[in-house]
Amino acid sequence: MPEPEPEPGRRPPAYDPLQPGKGEAIAPTGQGGPMDLALDEAESLEKPLGDAPTGPGPQEKARSLWSDAWHQLRRNPVFIISSLMILFLVIIAIWPQLIASGDPLQCDLSKSQQGSSPGHPFGYDTQGCDVYTRTVYGARASITVGVCATLGAALLGSVLGGLAGFFGGWGDSLLSRVADIFFGIPVVLGGLVFLSVVTSTTVWPVVGFIVLLGWPQIARIGRGSVITAKQNDYVQAARALGAGNGRMLLRHVAPNAVAPVIVVATIALGTYIALEATLSFLGVGLRPPTVSWGIDISNAAPQIRNAPHMLLWPAGALSLTVLAFIMLGDAVRDALDPKLR
Amino acid sequence: MLLEVRDLHVEFRTRDGVAKAVNGVNYSVDEGETLAVLGESGSGKSVTAQAVMGILDVPPGRIAGGEILFKGKDLLKMKEEERRRIRGADMAMIFQDALSSLNPVLSVGAQLGEMYEVHRGMSRKDAKAKAVELMDRVKIPAARERVGDYPHQFSGGMRQRIMIAMALALEPSLIIADEPTTALDVTVQAQVMDLLAELQRELNMGLILITHDLGVVADVADKIAVMYAGRIVEAAPVHEIYAAPAHPYTRGLLDSIPRLDQKGQELYAIKGLPPNLLAIPSGCAFNPRCPMARAVCRTDVPPLAQVGQDRASACFFWKECLGG
Amino acid sequence: MGRYVIRRLLQMIPVFIGSTFLIFFMVYALGDPVAALFGDKAPDPATAARIRKDLYLDRPLWEQYLHYMGQIFQGDFGTAFNGQPVTELMASAFPVTLRLTIVAIFFEVVIGITLGVISGLRRGKSVDTSVLVLTLVVISVPTFVTGYLLQYLFGVKWGWVRPTVSPDAPFNELILPGIVLALVSLAYVTRLSRTSIAENVKADYVRTAVAKGLPRRRVVTRHLLRNSLIPVVTFIGTDIGALMGGAIVTERIFNIHGVGYQLYQGILRNNSPTVVGFVTILVIVFLLANLLVDLLYAVLDPRIRYA
Repeated sequence: MPEPEPEPGRRPPAYDPLQPGKGEAIAPTGQGGPMDLALDEAESLEKPLGDAPTGPGPQEKARSLWSDAWHQLRRNPVFIISSLMILFLVIIAIWPQLIASGDPLQCDLSKSQQGSSPGHPFGYDTQGCDVYTRTVYGARASITVGVCATLGAALLGSVLGGLAGFFGGWGDSLLSRVADIFFGIPVVLGGLVFLSVVTSTTVWPVVGFIVLLGWPQIARIGRGSVITAKQNDYVQAARALGAGNGRMLLRHVAPNAVAPVIVVATIALGTYIALEATLSFLGVGLRPPTVSWGIDISNAAPQIRNAPHMLLWPAGALSLTVLAFIMLGDAVRDALDPKLR
Repeated sequence: MLLEVRDLHVEFRTRDGVAKAVNGVNYSVDEGETLAVLGESGSGKSVTAQAVMGILDVPPGRIAGGEILFKGKDLLKMKEEERRRIRGADMAMIFQDALSSLNPVLSVGAQLGEMYEVHRGMSRKDAKAKAVELMDRVKIPAARERVGDYPHQFSGGMRQRIMIAMALALEPSLIIADEPTTALDVTVQAQVMDLLAELQRELNMGLILITHDLGVVADVADKIAVMYAGRIVEAAPVHEIYAAPAHPYTRGLLDSIPRLDQKGQELYAIKGLPPNLLAIPSGCAFNPRCPMARAVCRTDVPPLAQVGQDRASACFFWKECLGG
Repeated sequence: MGRYVIRRLLQMIPVFIGSTFLIFFMVYALGDPVAALFGDKAPDPATAARIRKDLYLDRPLWEQYLHYMGQIFQGDFGTAFNGQPVTELMASAFPVTLRLTIVAIFFEVVIGITLGVISGLRRGKSVDTSVLVLTLVVISVPTFVTGYLLQYLFGVKWGWVRPTVSPDAPFNELILPGIVLALVSLAYVTRLSRTSIAENVKADYVRTAVAKGLPRRRVVTRHLLRNSLIPVVTFIGTDIGALMGGAIVTERIFNIHGVGYQLYQGILRNNSPTVVGFVTILVIVFLLANLLVDLLYAVLDPRIRYA
C-alpha cells in the first residue's frame, strides 16, 4: 500500500515504524498529564524550529531565536510572575530561617491540631508541630528533588537521545527499545516497588528513581529534534564542506535542537515535584525527619474533617510550586515557538 | 456588470502595526469575461479576491472601505447568511494548493457532493451521483470508481481538476481562480488552464484569474489589472499591454520573461524588493525600484488615469513609458 | 494491515520482557520475599532454605524469571498474602478499576473536548484565557490533593455523595473518584483539543469549506472537528492504559478495592506474586492500548496506511 504522500505546507502525520503515532510518547502514569503535555507540545516545536526556511546561517539564526525569545519573555506577565514565585521559593529553600524562626521538628503534642494563633498563623498539626514552619521548610525538599531530578534526567536524556538521533544505527534502535521498556512501567507503581525497598532517609533515592524513569522522555524529544536539525540544508552543507562529527553536533545541530529539550525539562520540573509529593504521600518517597509537603499532606489527610488547615496549607504550597514551574515552562514554550509569533 | 469592486481598502492588524494590503482597488468583470490580476506576492491580489469571496480572516483582517457590487448588490452590506448562500453557489473560488485546500480525511465524492447537499438540499445518494457527473465533466478518468478516494490518492493535476469541479458544481456566474496552476508541473498546467477556459466559455462565467505568470495570462485573459502594493497600477486589454505597457512596473514584469530570441543576454530583473506593507513608500509606491522615477514620484501619489480606450495607468510618465 | 499488526505484536515482545523483567528484578532482587512471609519474626534457616528452593529463589534471577513467566502463561499467578490465588484478586479488582477508568474517560471526552473546542474557536478571547488558566491550575494540583479536597467538599461537607466507595463499586459511586482520576488528563485533553483546533482553523481546507458557502456549524463539525480530534482521540486511547496504572492514588483516597488498592497492599506486605502479576497485566493492557491507538489512527486518517 502507498505511503502517505508528503504534503507541502502542512506537517504530515509523521509515521515511523519504530514510533507509531503519537501514542508511545505518552507515559502510562496517570500522574503524567503535564509531562505528556510538554512532550506533545515540544514535538510541535521541533519542526518549526528546525526548518526556518531563510536566515543567513546557524550562528546568527540561533542567536536571533534566543534573543527573540528573551525579548518576548521579558514582556510576558506569566513569565514574570512565575519567575518571581520561583525566585522566592528558591530563596526560602536555601534560607528558610529568613521567614520562619521556629524549628520544624520541635513539636508540642499538647497543641495537637490547634487552629491558628498569634505567631502561628497556620496552626498546628497532629504532632503539635507548627504548620507554618513546616510548610516553609518543606520547600527545600521539593525544590531539591525537582531541580536535581530535572538536571539529571535532562543531562542523561539529551546526551543519549542526541547521540542516538545524530548517529542513528543500532545504538538508536537500542535506545528506542530501552525507552519503550521504561514507558511500559507505570511511574507511580514503579516508584512504589523500587522505593519501598530503599531505607535511606535522604532525597537521593527519590531523585535517582525520577531520573531513571524520566530520562527516556527527554531522550525521545532530544532525539527527534536532533534528527530534524540534522536534516537542515546548512547542516548538510557543513557536512559537504567536510566538518567533522563532533563539530557538526556541537556547533550546528545542538544549538538548534536544544530548545524543545529546555521546554520539556522546565515543565518536567513541576511534574517531578508533584511526583515526589505523590510518592511521599504514598509513604515511599521522602521519609521523616525530612520535612516534605507530601508527608505532611498524607499525615493530615485522615484528620481532614476536624482540622482541614493541616492539609490545606502544605497542599496549597505544593500546588503553587508546581504551578510556578509549569507556568514558566508554558511561557518558555510560547517564546521559543515561532508559530505563535 | 457582473462584479464591480470600487475603491476597496483592506487592512491587517499585526503586532508591528497596521499593514495596508489593499489601498483603493477598482476593477470589474462581466459575464463570459476573463480578468487577469497580476502582481508579486504581497501586492494585494489574493487579499482582494478573499474580500470579494468573503473569506478574509477577520480579525486580523478588516475591510476599511469600499464597495463590492455583485449583480448590482453590495456584498459588504449583506447579512452573513445572505452572503453564505451566494458563496459557492453563485460565486466560487479555486485555490492554489489543491492538496491542502481539500479536506484530507473526507473522500472527494463527499466533498463535491456536499455542495449539492447544502445548497440544493439533495440526499447524500443523489449528491454522490452528481459528484460522479462532475468528475466526468472535468475529465477525471474512472470517476465512478474514484469517487470514494481521498485527495492524497490523486495526482496534482487531478486534484486541481477536483478543485475546479467543486467550484463549478452549482454553475456559478463568477469564478475566482487564485494561482490555479502554480503548484502544478508545467506540462499539466496547460491542460488544467485549457479545461478551466473551456468550461468558462461553456457556462459563460466571469473569471478572475489571479496569477504572477504572464505566460498563462496571454492565452486566456481578456483584460489585465496589474497590482503593486495594494493598488492597481495598470489596467488594459490583454493584447495592448503586451504590445506596449503604460507603467514601468508592467514593463519590468514583461522584460523579466525569458525569451528565446534573447538567448545569451542577461535576463532583466526588477531591482529591489517588494514594498513593506507596514511602511509603503510615500508618493508612488514603486518609486524606489523605478528606473524612471523623478522628484514628483516621491511626493505625489499618481492617480489611475485614463490613457486610452479601456486603458488606465498610475504613472505620471505613462506617455514616456508607452513611447519608450 | 494484518502484517502490520503481526509486526507490531512481535515488536512488543522485547518491550514486554524488558518491562516485566525490570519489575521482577526490583521486587525479587531488592526485596526479600521470604523474610516478608515471616513478618517481624526471624525465620528458621532450614525452613527459609526450603521455601527458597520451592519458590526457585535459590536459582539465578533469569531462571526465576523464566520459571515465573512459564507459570503465568499457564494461568498460575501464585498466591497473595492472604492465601487467595492472585488470579482471584485480579478477577475482583480489574472490573472495578475498569469501571473507574470508563467513568474517567467519559468525563475526559465530554468535558475535555467541549472545553477545548470552545476555547480553540475563541482563541485569545476571555473564555479561552480562563480555560487555559483553569487547566494550568488543574494540572498543577496533584491528584491526591484534589482527591482529598473534593472528597471533603462533596462527601463530607455537603454530603452529596458517599465519601468512600462500597466494595461492589457501582458506577454511581464512582462518579466523584472518576472525575478525580480524570482531572489531570482532562486538562490535557482540553489543551490538546484547543491547540489542535486553533491550528486547524487556519488550515486551507477550512478556508475552502467556508468558500463553499457551508454554514458555520457544518464547517466546524464536519471539516474542522474531524481533523482536529485525531490526536485527541489517540491520546484518550493511550490514556486508558495510563489511567488503569495510575489509579493507585485515587483508589487509596476513596477506598476502592481495585487494581491500585491490591497492588498497594501487595507492596506493603511485600507479596511478590501479587505485585509482579498485576504489573504484568497492566503492561500488557498498556501495550495493547498503544497498538489499538495506532490502528485507530489509520482508521481516522486515510492518509496513514500501514503496510
